Amino acid sequence: MRTLLAIWAAKLASVAGILVGRKSSSTPGSIALKLCPALISTLSKKLRKGVIVTCGTNGKTTTNNLLNTALEQSGYKTVCNNLGANMLSGVATAFAQACNLWGKLDADWAVLEIDEAYARKVFAHLTPNYMVITNLFRDQLDRYGEIDTTLELLREAISMHPDLTLILNGDDPLSSRFGEGRKAFYYGISEQVLPQTEETKEGRYCAKCGKEQSYHFVHYSQLGDYYCPHCGNQRPNIDFAATNINLSGAMEFVVNETTPVRVNYRGFYNIYNILAVYSALKVMGIEGQDFNQILSDYKPQIGRMEEFYLGKPFILNLAKNPAGFNQAIQTVMLDKRKKDVIVAINATANDGKDVSWLWDVDFDLLKDENLNRLYTSGVRRDDLSLRFKYADIPVDNICQSTEEALKLCLDSDAEVCYVLVNYSVLFSTQSKMLEMQKSLAAGGETHA
Amino acid sequence: MPEQTIHILHLFPDLLNLYGDKGNLAALCKRLTWRGIEATVTTVTQDSKELSLDDVDIVFLGGGSDREQMTVAERLMPYKQALKDYVEQGGVLLGFCGGFELLGTSWWAGDIQTDGLGILDIHAERGEQRFIGDVVLSSDWTEQPICGFENHPGRMQIGDYQPLGKVIAGHGNDGVSALEGVLYKNVFATYLHGPLLPKNPELCDSILTRALTKKYPDFAELSPLDDTLELAANRFIVQNFSGNEK
Repeated sequence: MRTLLAIWAAKLASVAGILVGRKSSSTPGSIALKLCPALISTLSKKLRKGVIVTCGTNGKTTTNNLLNTALEQSGYKTVCNNLGANMLSGVATAFAQACNLWGKLDADWAVLEIDEAYARKVFAHLTPNYMVITNLFRDQLDRYGEIDTTLELLREAISMHPDLTLILNGDDPLSSRFGEGRKAFYYGISEQVLPQTEETKEGRYCAKCGKEQSYHFVHYSQLGDYYCPHCGNQRPNIDFAATNINLSGAMEFVVNETTPVRVNYRGFYNIYNILAVYSALKVMGIEGQDFNQILSDYKPQIGRMEEFYLGKPFILNLAKNPAGFNQAIQTVMLDKRKKDVIVAINATANDGKDVSWLWDVDFDLLKDENLNRLYTSGVRRDDLSLRFKYADIPVDNICQSTEEALKLCLDSDAEVCYVLVNYSVLFSTQSKMLEMQKSLAAGGETHA
Repeated sequence: MPEQTIHILHLFPDLLNLYGDKGNLAALCKRLTWRGIEATVTTVTQDSKELSLDDVDIVFLGGGSDREQMTVAERLMPYKQALKDYVEQGGVLLGFCGGFELLGTSWWAGDIQTDGLGILDIHAERGEQRFIGDVVLSSDWTEQPICGFENHPGRMQIGDYQPLGKVIAGHGNDGVSALEGVLYKNVFATYLHGPLLPKNPELCDSILTRALTKKYPDFAELSPLDDTLELAANRFIVQNFSGNEK
């Protein structure tokens, strides 16, 4: 009865949220948990198959939602926190909303993205069968302290469930360590793809002995084919390996020399997201579906190299930390068209209040003959512009709003415009771009 | 050909590289080269065989994770006396965050009390909570308040030493004394990153002036630069976090 009441309260709160125009995906869950603390444990026991969770600094939303799409297309019913609310309350919301009005849950799998620091709390409420760890980078340091703290929190969470099967990024020395002494599968990119650059390589010290480790090749940050000459720790045996990678047009690669993947995604990091999903499906024993079809049907979340047409292509990308930004910059530089770049940075609690990471981004790489104009915006535009000043890259306009920057780009003679933003800038920017696109398509003046 | 050169020795950038330390180094170098003064940076890394302070004008010690800081403490121990002599002779030494703690007699790596270099008679005690957030300081030797970001579990006790500044907003050394950082001879050490120097051009120039005066006794003063952007970034923090309209 208590469970039912909690489910109703959550549903009611969601409806109320929609009515007042506020889309919250964690509030209904926190209300429900107050009414019925056992909500998640009660409902998760009713799942016909089990629970798969995804953790990791970057790529967890894409990986989790892609996995959810794949399971749905394979005929399973799922519970998924696909709006990205990844703490305990977000999980509660997902479960409550998946129930019908009688409180009955009709689902096979729960497919959940979980914040690394909250895994421990969520794992106290349910028993996960599978867990994907995408990567562990320096992210939101002001919330967790240091990467070591995050690792410790995850270790505690994993040790709560001895039967949990792990699916790990084998190219990441930090994620791989979790597989030691337990059931684990690894995926990785098994050839050198990108030019070897000097960029932030946090954790490039052996995760085992702390001494400097070496690489046969590096993909980015600390990801690559690593080995420690001191203690012998090395990249694990890769169960799901991507090779024959081609990024010049559509993204192409082959998994385990048998399964070709061809997909119209941008960004090297998406190879990892796709590999993670492929590996998870194999490990879970879910076969038979056309993997390429699933990938092409999947609609990415907003701001993942999302393309708009405003008289010319505008490409919006979310990046939250040095690793994410360096990946985005690499993608921008692969595009040889004459381009404008807008970078917009806020520093709310969701973004991380400390902007010192801006100095760990290889913004210097943007200095290139194809860079037309550079604009900065967001609440911390001064810090950002200062960062560019000390990289000897002149900022053409420091804009009060992202809208102002977008309007300046409409009139420039660039062929394409990249808009790189962090979390709290994303949603308003995306709505503005959609609005501009719509008004242009209708033949209206966008910047009257 | 520049007539003047400042040699910076960057200690263990391979281990101590948290929180945009690169920005502090960039500020030091750019603010010299923009004035026609040459800046050279030499690094000592885990692979280096030895550490020499000969001809060094600025020693730079950044911050890292506890584990990495412990490795650095170990590696620097044999050079403790050399560093101490360098400091006593008026050499410029900068310590940021972990680098600040390493200068003292002891600090805590998680729950392990660890020996510092003991270059200054200061020590870090262990705190329950990390101090995390924006910080604004007033100082009697800069016109503009100093601002930065702190993120540290240690509680630094500086005794009778002079602080870098007085805390207007944030926690500072220990959350109690309302003091932040330490100044001793030409040692500047602080918990603040942000990074600190790009947003605090007066502080950066004051460090450079001391290094230049030490090396070239006739050195008059640094030529002015256009600091509009630097000061805008500084004022944003000052106005938003201290309610101080300066």
